Amino acid sequence: MSVAVAQPAAGRTSTLSPAPDGAAVTVSGVSRVFASPTGPLVAVDDISLDVDHGEFLVIVGPSGCGKTTLLRMIAGLDQPTSGAIDLSAPNAGSTRNAMVFQGRSVFPWRTVEQNVGYGLKLAGLSRTSRQETTRSLLSLVGMSKFARSYPHQLSEGMRQRVAVARALAVDPQLLLMDEPFGALDEQTRFILQEELLRIWERTRKTVMLVTHSIDEALTLADRVAVMTAHPGSIKAIIPVPFGRPREQATVRSDPQFAALFTLIWDLLRDEVQKARFEAGEEPQ
Amino acid sequence: MTVRGQRTMEVALTLAAPVVLLMAWELISRSGRVNQIFWPPPSSLWDTAVSMVRDDDLIGDIQVSLTRIVGGFLLGAIPGILLGLAMGLSWPVRVFMMPIATAIYAIPKIALLPLVIIALGTGETAKWTIVAISIFFLVALNTMSGVLSLDPMYRDVARNLEATRLQVFLGVALPGSLPAIFTGLRLALGFSLIVIVGTEFLSPRQGIGALIWESYQILAIKKMYVGLIVTAILGWLLILALDLIERLVVPWNRPA
Repeated sequence: MSVAVAQPAAGRTSTLSPAPDGAAVTVSGVSRVFASPTGPLVAVDDISLDVDHGEFLVIVGPSGCGKTTLLRMIAGLDQPTSGAIDLSAPNAGSTRNAMVFQGRSVFPWRTVEQNVGYGLKLAGLSRTSRQETTRSLLSLVGMSKFARSYPHQLSEGMRQRVAVARALAVDPQLLLMDEPFGALDEQTRFILQEELLRIWERTRKTVMLVTHSIDEALTLADRVAVMTAHPGSIKAIIPVPFGRPREQATVRSDPQFAALFTLIWDLLRDEVQKARFEAGEEPQ
Repeated sequence: MTVRGQRTMEVALTLAAPVVLLMAWELISRSGRVNQIFWPPPSSLWDTAVSMVRDDDLIGDIQVSLTRIVGGFLLGAIPGILLGLAMGLSWPVRVFMMPIATAIYAIPKIALLPLVIIALGTGETAKWTIVAISIFFLVALNTMSGVLSLDPMYRDVARNLEATRLQVFLGVALPGSLPAIFTGLRLALGFSLIVIVGTEFLSPRQGIGALIWESYQILAIKKMYVGLIVTAILGWLLILALDLIERLVVPWNRPA
């Protein structure tokens, strides 16, 4: 069993023959409560969730349902109020995760090349050893021509490609993506989704991606976790049967696509209504 | 309009204002309705300036003032940037420094000159110090607001990629605040010039301010005007130099 992967990442192997320690990510009974002027606000309520090695998990939910909070806790940028999060490392050494943030996260003061190499620079790699990784990633996301450009010279879609390359550069065990394509126009979003599929085929990273787009979830995911609004918890986990490698067009024309879309939308509709109602009462 | 056309237009408009001003001044002066002793036509000032370079020490005065401005500016701006970064990054430092910073910020700095003279005398140290004091909090407050307005997401990116506190400071807070820092520096440079000319009025021995004040006192009005024009040109050149430095240090801060 061999997969053509540039880096010795957690490959598909672990999904086929699970490691003894099981999942890549284990979220057990995690809650997060924020203090607010109107009293404690439960953002995430008792979520338990396993993500397999090499799995592509997509979390969908209404706006403000705590999706981002959950992802930030997994990234180590926020701490659960209760519960535990375990990230296992099948390859000894690296347990690191890398996050692709929502919106404009690419450093405006660094060139494309410097942005992508940033994590490696922090890790103490020399300029020459950074260059190799940086170049191959820029070509992976189709940005080689813009290595020396500054972000303000790029379109929003190109900046997001840079953000994805920057996260991949540190060869993370786990790739976290927080609505990475949310700010893009639909056509650019389709293109980037296809590219993400292609990149995932090549690297087989464990991915957790947050979105509010059901289309996006079905296009990308192995499983879709549907979240409730206020407080955020997991309502259902839907396996997505489409094969790999996947094409956007094939997925969308599959008869099961419509059925799954309806299923997820039925699950979400009440939550979206609830979120809107509550947002009216306590604007965020 | 082509890019080139726009550029030509820009240069033309930039030059238009001073040219129009000088022409109006020239016309009014020559109209005979004003006393030419107090309102000499600008065209007559050139000869005065040439003789001041030759016979007096105009260049020396410029050098003295320029040294005081640049020296005092660096003496105030560098610690100001450091304090501003600390205030932006650490709330205890911010809360502790804020009352002093805002109170001293509001004092017309020239009012502190007697105090500086008592402490340091009337030498060059005192001149540098009064400039440094004048701009220190201005630079610090601008730097602080630069750090505070920086999107916290950038810090999250750095933390997510396992940056140390020092790496966040040097790689995120400092470069991210540079545009705000330069806004502060530009204001501070103007203040430096104002304060040094004022100081040289009150403690006149050398420098452009001394030249203006002494010329006024002996009614050498043309020399006074030359001093004023030199001050204006000096201010303009200093800002131009700072813009050039900004372009080198912050090449990324351009509107898209």
